[in-house]
Amino acid sequence: MICGIFGKKALPLAALLLVGLIFLPAAVPRFYIYLTSVVLVTGLLATSLNLVLGYGGMYQFHHAAFYGVGAYTTALMLTKTSLPVWLAFAAAPLTAAFFGLLIGLICARLSSLHFGMLQISLGSLIWAVVYRWYDFTGGDDGIHGLPVPSAISGTTPAYYFILALTSLCLLLLFIIIKSPYGRILQALRDNPERCEAIGVNVTRHRIIGMVVAALFAGVAGSLFVTLEGSVFPELLSWSLSLEILIMCLLGGWFTFLGPMLGAGLIIGLRTVAGNYTEYWTLILGLMMMLTIFFLPKGVLGYVNDLFRSRAPSQPLKERSHVAD
Amino acid sequence: MLQISALRKSFDGFLAVKEANLSVKPGEVVAVIGPNGAGKTTLFNLISGQLRPDGGSIRFKGEDICGLSPHRLCRKGMSRSFQIVKIFSRMSVFENVQTAVISRMNKTSNLFIPARNIAVKETESILDAMGLSDKRDRICGLLSHGDQKVLEMAISLGSDPQLLILDEPTAGMSAEETETAITLMKKLSSQMGLTILFCEHDVELVFSFSDRIMVMQQGSTITQGTPAQVRNDPQVKRAYLGGDD
Repeated sequence: MICGIFGKKALPLAALLLVGLIFLPAAVPRFYIYLTSVVLVTGLLATSLNLVLGYGGMYQFHHAAFYGVGAYTTALMLTKTSLPVWLAFAAAPLTAAFFGLLIGLICARLSSLHFGMLQISLGSLIWAVVYRWYDFTGGDDGIHGLPVPSAISGTTPAYYFILALTSLCLLLLFIIIKSPYGRILQALRDNPERCEAIGVNVTRHRIIGMVVAALFAGVAGSLFVTLEGSVFPELLSWSLSLEILIMCLLGGWFTFLGPMLGAGLIIGLRTVAGNYTEYWTLILGLMMMLTIFFLPKGVLGYVNDLFRSRAPSQPLKERSHVAD
Repeated sequence: MLQISALRKSFDGFLAVKEANLSVKPGEVVAVIGPNGAGKTTLFNLISGQLRPDGGSIRFKGEDICGLSPHRLCRKGMSRSFQIVKIFSRMSVFENVQTAVISRMNKTSNLFIPARNIAVKETESILDAMGLSDKRDRICGLLSHGDQKVLEMAISLGSDPQLLILDEPTAGMSAEETETAITLMKKLSSQMGLTILFCEHDVELVFSFSDRIMVMQQGSTITQGTPAQVRNDPQVKRAYLGGDD
C-alpha cells in the first residue's frame, strides 16, 4: 500500500539515503554527527511547516511556537513530574497539536496575510508567557540539564533516536501528502473558492492541517530536548519561525524534501560562515535574494524541473509556467 | 427544482440584484441572459452560496437555502462552474476531477490511504464524456483557455450534481471550442438528465439550446419564458434585442 505512493526512483533513493545516515556515525567525527542531528530536527520542523505552507498555501508565520510548546512540554514533564519518560515524549506532539487546534480555531477563517499576522501575534503571546513565567518555565533562563534517559543521551544514541523518529515522521508526512486529505490541502492552496464549490469545508480542513503540522512540530521539539538537554524561550521566537520559513523557500516549498535540504543548507552555512563572521546572515540574505530571482521554486524545485525536462512527456517549457 | 423570488443584493449601496425571479424545473435547460452588468454573475453567486442575499428567497428542492455555505449546497446536489476559470492549476487534469469526486465521496479527511487509487474509474468516465481523456496527465494550468473551461465543467460533474450551474460556459472560447462546449452541454442534458442553469452572452446560442430563458436588466428580471415567448416580448425587444428582431 505504502509502496504505491513512491515513484519508481524515489524509494531506492530514500533507502540509500537512510542507509548512508545509519552508517554516518562510523565515518565522521562527533561534531558532524551532532550537526546532522541538528539538521534532522530543524528539517523535520521545516517539513512540518511546509505541510501547511507549501502544500496548504497557508502563511503559517509563527510555526516555531508549536516547536517550543513541544520542547517545553517534554522538558516540564521530565523535571516537574515523575511520570514515565516515554510519556514526556508522547505528550509533546499532543500538546503542540492542541495549541495548533486553538490557534487554528481562531485563525483559520482569515485569509492569507491576515491569517499570518494573527498567527504571529498569538505565537508571540505564547512566547511572552514562557519568557515571563519564571516559576513555571524558568523564564528567559530556560531549563537546563534535563534528565534525558541514558539510552538516548550522548551524541550518537541521540542521533539514532532522532534519525529513527525523523524518518518515521517524514514517512507519515509523505503518506499524508499523498492521501485524499493531502490532495484537498493542495487543492485549497490552488483555489479555495473552487474547493468550497466541490463541497469541501475549507475552514475545517485548514484547521486539520494546522493541527497535523503542529503535531509534527511538537515531535521536533521533543527531539530538540533529546539533543540539547535544555530548553529556552528562543525556541518559540519569531526569528526561528522566519528561519524555518526561509528553509522552506530556499529548499523548494513545492517539494517534499525541499525544507530538509533548506535546513541542511542554512545550518551548514551558519556553521561554516559563522566561524569567520558574526554577520553570516548577510550571506544568507544575499543567497535568499539570488534564490528568489533565479530559483523561484527553490533549489529542489529547480532540480525537479531539470529532471522532468529530460523526460519526453513533460517538456521544461510547460513545467516552468506552472508556478503562476 | 429551483425557485427564486424577489432576490436582492447590494454592494456598498449599489443594487446589483434587486428583483430577481427565476424558476427551474427538473430536467430543464434554463438560460439567464442580459447585458453586461445586469447582475447575472451576482445572481449565480447568490444561488450557489458564494454571496449572501440581502432579501428574497431561494428554494432548492423545496428547501430554503438562503445563507447556506457553498460546500453545504454542493452536498445538496448543486454544482457550478465559474466565469473566470477556477481550477487547481498545479494539478493534472485527472487530479482536478478526481479531487471533486473524492470530496463527494466524503473521503477528504482520510490521511492514510493513497489518493491516487480512489475513484479512478469514475474520474476516467467523466474525462471520457467531456473529451479530456487525451489530456489526462497534463498540468491543467497550462491547458488552453477552451480546455480549461471544459475542465471547469468536468470538475463540477465530479460532484455528481442534480443541478448544474454554468456561469458563461463559452466565454472567451473560439467558435470551434464553443461548438464543442455546446455539444457537451446538450449531451449532459439529454443523456445524463442533468438540470442546467447557465448564463451566456451569445444570444443566438441561448435561443437554440435552452428550454426556457430568463432575461435580466439592471438587476431585475424582465421576463421568463420559452425562447419564442421571450423573442416576442415587447419589453425584451426594447431592452435587449434592439427592438426589431
